[in-house]
Amino acid sequence: MAAAAACAAPDTIAADLAMASPASPLPPRERLLWMYERMGLVRELEDRLKTLVERGVPMGPVHFYTGQEAVAVGVCAALRHDDWIASTHRGHGHCVAKGVDVRRMLAELYGKSTGTNRGKGGSMHITDVSVGMLGVNPIVGMGTPHAVGAALSARVRGTDQVAVAFFGEGAASMGVVHEAMNLAAIWELPVVFVCENNGYAQATPAEYALACDRVADRAAAYRMPGVTVDGQDVLAVFAAADEAVRRGRAGGGPSLVECMTYRFHGHHQGDDTLRYRLADEERAARDRDPLPLFRARLLAEGFDEGELDALDASNRARLDEAVAFAEASPLPGPEELLSCVYVDSPRTAGAPA
Amino acid sequence: MIETAVATRELTFSQAINDALRLAMRRDPMVIVMGEDVAGAAGRAHLGLADAWGGPLRATRGLIGEFGPGRVLDTPISEMGFVGAAVGAAMTGLRPVVEIMFVDLIGCCYDQVINQAAKMSYMMGGQLTLPLVIRTAYGTHGFKRSYGGGAAAQHSQTLYAVLAHVPGLKVVVPSTAYNAKGLMLAAIADDGPVVVMEHKFLGTAAKGNVPEGEYTVPIGKAEVVRRGTDVTLAGIGRMTHVCLEAAERLAAEGTSAEVVDLLTLQPLDEATVLESVARTHRLVVVDEDTPTASMARDVAARVADKGFDWLDAPIKTVTAADCPVPFAAVLENLYAPDADKVIAAVDELF
Repeated sequence: MAAAAACAAPDTIAADLAMASPASPLPPRERLLWMYERMGLVRELEDRLKTLVERGVPMGPVHFYTGQEAVAVGVCAALRHDDWIASTHRGHGHCVAKGVDVRRMLAELYGKSTGTNRGKGGSMHITDVSVGMLGVNPIVGMGTPHAVGAALSARVRGTDQVAVAFFGEGAASMGVVHEAMNLAAIWELPVVFVCENNGYAQATPAEYALACDRVADRAAAYRMPGVTVDGQDVLAVFAAADEAVRRGRAGGGPSLVECMTYRFHGHHQGDDTLRYRLADEERAARDRDPLPLFRARLLAEGFDEGELDALDASNRARLDEAVAFAEASPLPGPEELLSCVYVDSPRTAGAPA
Repeated sequence: MIETAVATRELTFSQAINDALRLAMRRDPMVIVMGEDVAGAAGRAHLGLADAWGGPLRATRGLIGEFGPGRVLDTPISEMGFVGAAVGAAMTGLRPVVEIMFVDLIGCCYDQVINQAAKMSYMMGGQLTLPLVIRTAYGTHGFKRSYGGGAAAQHSQTLYAVLAHVPGLKVVVPSTAYNAKGLMLAAIADDGPVVVMEHKFLGTAAKGNVPEGEYTVPIGKAEVVRRGTDVTLAGIGRMTHVCLEAAERLAAEGTSAEVVDLLTLQPLDEATVLESVARTHRLVVVDEDTPTASMARDVAARVADKGFDWLDAPIKTVTAADCPVPFAAVLENLYAPDADKVIAAVDELF
């Protein structure tokens, strides 16, 4: 049974979790529309990237977030602008949800000097400290202690900021994640550990790699609350994240929220998922696509279809503009090769201070 | 170099580090200290127990009494976690000074040091500062003993070359109480990650007059600590003292040796070494590290490249043996460079 829980098909998980999900009141209308818009923007971004990559635009390794949108958006909907998130290798969704400008993200992926990282990071390092996004981080698990440090920083500076550490169920096997949880717990820091359990670490199934029924069970080892929620239901994610964020902000210490989700594409572009996943499983997962699920919920709540369509159209237009911006942007000059190696390295004109 | 020095008093190397930390913490509430037993007896103040250790070299002793457990954080044994937390704290406004008890433990947190801290500025396009100081003890015991008692292969290494190798890290190796304090204050003031290597033998053995106020010794500058005309001896950390001992004995034999203390390994002060070689025409680099891919060979290669015309003899390196650090004192003494080995190398140049 231990193995079955970790790899159960998403529909089973949803049924299982429905019993555990608290019937929370709906967030305000504005917040709901923001969630809808952000989930759509992530999806639109990833769809464009996939097309561009398949067309041969060189973007380095890209790990698509498609299918997991409800996690990033549900969590970030519970955060303030000045809260922090530390991301994973599959971080585009986290970036968009925390408010990173998609034009600058696109430019970064094109390796342009107008990118978030001036073209020096690419997909696996997108960062925008100005919106509290501490970095996509492709060394699995290594962002989690950064969130602990950010929360420590809030404590020392006397603010009530909260930090979120996103990590995958693959990272749940990394020692550093456990070290980060232990530190956050003993120091009672405002950290929300968000495990995105998409069932696979590259091609390794979770039921093989995890010696526990649920990653959330491990919270007990660190004296923190742990819950598992349906990661395809943005409202369930939001409810759990909101509770954890409020607890952290009020001085109640860290929490662990495990979100059961599914990545619709491969680990990275070109990965043939049918070498390690069954077609039936993929079909079942796609039937629980978080975007149509949320749209149906909003319509059922009486939202106007035209309003939602308008948000979709606006997202498409933003991506049109972002791609145009990226393509028109200049490449980094040769002087960028050696700039910013050290904080006091010479900076080129226009470099962020 | 000394900005606000008035009175001085004699301190050990580790006391000088302590002095630097205390002054920096007084001036800037964003400076915090963290690591294993940087205080000790964590959480037991109510039992009358506090500050049990003050760090393995006692360099952080007393800080918790003045600044409290909110800024002097004892950590569990989890280097990857707490160095990572220090990185995250540095990304978000603090100036953490994190201690890795011995550099041999760098493997327990290497990713946070070389992939995270070192590369943040560059790979994020310069959008943040990372004012992080990593303190770590290194080195063999370095005094003559006839039987066992050294710390052996996993607690005696040098390993600064594997840090200096990584672009984005600055690496300093103080040699005296004076420059330990000045380099530590410079490291804390630096907006990027700086590794401060503290030789575990020098911690108590190196004593000297240290000014009471704040001053900095610049990162990236070597220092000529003894003038000479016939040969340049370039030393790092404790090896600078070995070079000075060798120079003294060489003087008695009629050879005038100049001694350059490298002090910073990255960015290396090539100019000071080259200027010295231009005067003396001979170079011996003395390094406590193992020889392959070492700072000794890096310095030798740079001088061969840029100072060949000044050289009257081949460049020599005196390093540790190319093996793990042995336990038995007779073997450890064979392993590490000493003045005899330096003098033997110099003798080959004439």
